[in-house]
Amino acid sequence: MTASPLFTACPAPTAETEHVLLGHGSGGRLSAELLSEVILPGFGLAGSAGRPLEDAAVLPLPTAEIVMSTDSFVVDPLFFPGGDIGSLAVHGTVNDLAMMGAVPVALAVAFIVEEGFGMRELGRISQSLGRAAHAAGVKVVTGDTKVVGRGAADRLFITTTGLGVRMPLARPSAGRVRPGDVLLLSGPIGLHGVTILSTRDSLGFETEIGSDSQPLHRVVAAAVAAGGDGVRALRDPTRGGVASALNELAAASGVGVLVEETALPVPEPVSAACDLLGLDVLHVANEGCLLAFVAPDKADAVLAAMRSRPESPGAVRIGQAVAEHPRRVVVRTGIGAERVLDMLVGEQLPRIC
Amino acid sequence: MCLAIPGRLESVEPADPFPTGTADFGGIRKQVCLVFVPEAAIGDYVLVHVGFAIGVIDEAEALRTLAVLRAMGDVVETELAGGVS
Amino acid sequence: MKYLDEYRDPALARRLLAELGAVATRPWRLMEVCGGQTHTLVRQGIDELLPAGIRMIHGPGCPVCVTPVAVIDRALELAATPDVVFTSFGDMLRVPGTSTSLLQVKAAGGDVRVVYSPADAVRIAAAEPRRRVVFLAVGFETTAPANAAAVLLAESLGLTNFSMLVSHVLVPPAITAILEDPECLVDGFLAAGHVCSVMGYTEYEPIAARYRVPLVVTGFEPLDLLEGILMAVHQLESGRHEVENQYARAVHRDGNQVAQEAIRRVFRVADKEWRGIGSIPDSGLVLADGYERFDAALWFPSGPRSPESASECIAGQILTGVKTPTDCPAYGTRCTPRHPLGAPMVSSEGTCAAFFSAGRTAAAPSPALNAATS
Repeated sequence: MTASPLFTACPAPTAETEHVLLGHGSGGRLSAELLSEVILPGFGLAGSAGRPLEDAAVLPLPTAEIVMSTDSFVVDPLFFPGGDIGSLAVHGTVNDLAMMGAVPVALAVAFIVEEGFGMRELGRISQSLGRAAHAAGVKVVTGDTKVVGRGAADRLFITTTGLGVRMPLARPSAGRVRPGDVLLLSGPIGLHGVTILSTRDSLGFETEIGSDSQPLHRVVAAAVAAGGDGVRALRDPTRGGVASALNELAAASGVGVLVEETALPVPEPVSAACDLLGLDVLHVANEGCLLAFVAPDKADAVLAAMRSRPESPGAVRIGQAVAEHPRRVVVRTGIGAERVLDMLVGEQLPRIC
Repeated sequence: MCLAIPGRLESVEPADPFPTGTADFGGIRKQVCLVFVPEAAIGDYVLVHVGFAIGVIDEAEALRTLAVLRAMGDVVETELAGGVS
Repeated sequence: MKYLDEYRDPALARRLLAELGAVATRPWRLMEVCGGQTHTLVRQGIDELLPAGIRMIHGPGCPVCVTPVAVIDRALELAATPDVVFTSFGDMLRVPGTSTSLLQVKAAGGDVRVVYSPADAVRIAAAEPRRRVVFLAVGFETTAPANAAAVLLAESLGLTNFSMLVSHVLVPPAITAILEDPECLVDGFLAAGHVCSVMGYTEYEPIAARYRVPLVVTGFEPLDLLEGILMAVHQLESGRHEVENQYARAVHRDGNQVAQEAIRRVFRVADKEWRGIGSIPDSGLVLADGYERFDAALWFPSGPRSPESASECIAGQILTGVKTPTDCPAYGTRCTPRHPLGAPMVSSEGTCAAFFSAGRTAAAPSPALNAATS
């Protein structure tokens, strides 16, 4: 998509449009302008002139299972290496749909903007969101924008709700993992969380890495094409990291999970940041990789299919579901010892000791 | 207690009021205070705790420790192999 | 990463474990003093792979765990003061005082900020001259030079809005106190490598001689720990009791003289209260004469002191190795990382938290071990 016409046409915005004003949420003319000049062009919907803006979208859908998910994005900072809150808001919801085996079809987008927020930033974020949606092949079909007083929100919050259609053979569910199922991971871990931490002034470190934020539904499509309903469960290890995702799956399915620590793909800067800040990489957030439990006879085919996708060339087998220690996740360390991997308790805080 | 990890010193900046430098930790670069390691030079590995270098890694000793460990490992390996045969 | 990865080699670790099995002919109990070492032992599962009879006792080497409730309560009071910016290492935020924690004070509107370095706290004070910035200065000898440097930095910048709430502890007096305890079970010690990077190890030589215990200055990676354990066991098996240095790449006998000088300039040694253990003579640092103006305890009038409430927490016995977490009736039931009764359950390297996150129970020291041999 090309740059927003708003900013090419108006290199020096007037004082009134440099910041989002409370009036931009009033429902009046300013609201309409905000929508038509900043947000809709960003989404790539500027050319929909003539088509009326309705209160809701009507979607012709095939007779299939509809999958729906919603997620709110409050990331700080709004812009980070590898993405921003706009692209993240698309990828996050697309991936939640994908984890249920769905091809995403439509997105609803709600902005909550703090009064005084930069108009230019809002435009950039809208464009990024539009580009990410376009790249993921999903349409933004409806949305809402509210402006709240200074201090009532932290600059910009985005909520995206996604609709998808379940792929015919896809039956992934958190409750379907069986002992013996093979655990696959689609790519390196820790990139998103460490990238976000690197932007915190208080921690003061620099790195070349960026967030792994990306849509995963095509990886899922490839996996399902190769493994059918042998793709038993999928989860993207976002907040709480791999540890939380695996604990959730183990609990939902009543199985144990065994992870081989030496098989985990951890980029060196991620490992270094974790050493520096005293974090466990298994608790660090990801936005562009997935965990898959696959029936043993389908595991090789699914792994090969995942590796054939540009999103996940480094997919690896990292463990398996076991009958022992139900509902517990156990990590086998390099030296052959085993320890229970717990979920993160509370907020992840850097430690000195 | 006392998480400290070694990073390679890539640059040194003059005192203001303390000397600082940039250290690279496997792709993570961080500003560190060098006030306690006046001997540290670019290329040295400094041991960093809460943003302060508290020592310079002694490369000769590091290699010696590794050599001892590996030699010890080899002895065990031989003993184990001997035990099996 | 160089100087880390080499010391994590799993194959070599397994061979060292085999060597240890060949050397140890009797049961020995070793204490690793430092919480960072506890963390590596538990996280890698090393202590469970040790030959039968070799038992690691996890010592009081976690500054989070040994900071007295009275200091935490004082910190909470200051953090809730309207014009104060309260700065702390992340470790301290979850530690429970008598009734609340810094995280809860923050949620209630207190300006509590996590800093990675004490110098960052000074920078905040320089940037926000109208606010009073307090830094919670905790730690062992490793952290003392950095905290001293923060005071010197504030002094050189002429700051009058920076102060520290100091709760610094020293390792050798704690080792002595443990050895003086008639219930002491420890046959040998792994001394904390990074403490010795700063202080050297001459202080430990009289302790080894007087109490006839081996003390091995040890690093933090799996191979360091295994070699340190092996060196201590070699000493015990041959009846020696010396100070040896496994961590020679980072520790010299005399330590870092420049750092020691900074500590001596800014701090002086004083008696110190340890949470769960009690007062140990000459085991802490307080701000020295001439630097009292940076002492937050003098800046802010103290509120009514709440008496240390009776708790079923047995932190003292845990930290001195007399009991293990699974001996405690509250462990894992009334006391968990989400609702800690005492400090060893708070810090991720506190002994109880380390046990809990590794899933250990009295019935199954490691449930993981029963698992997944399939």
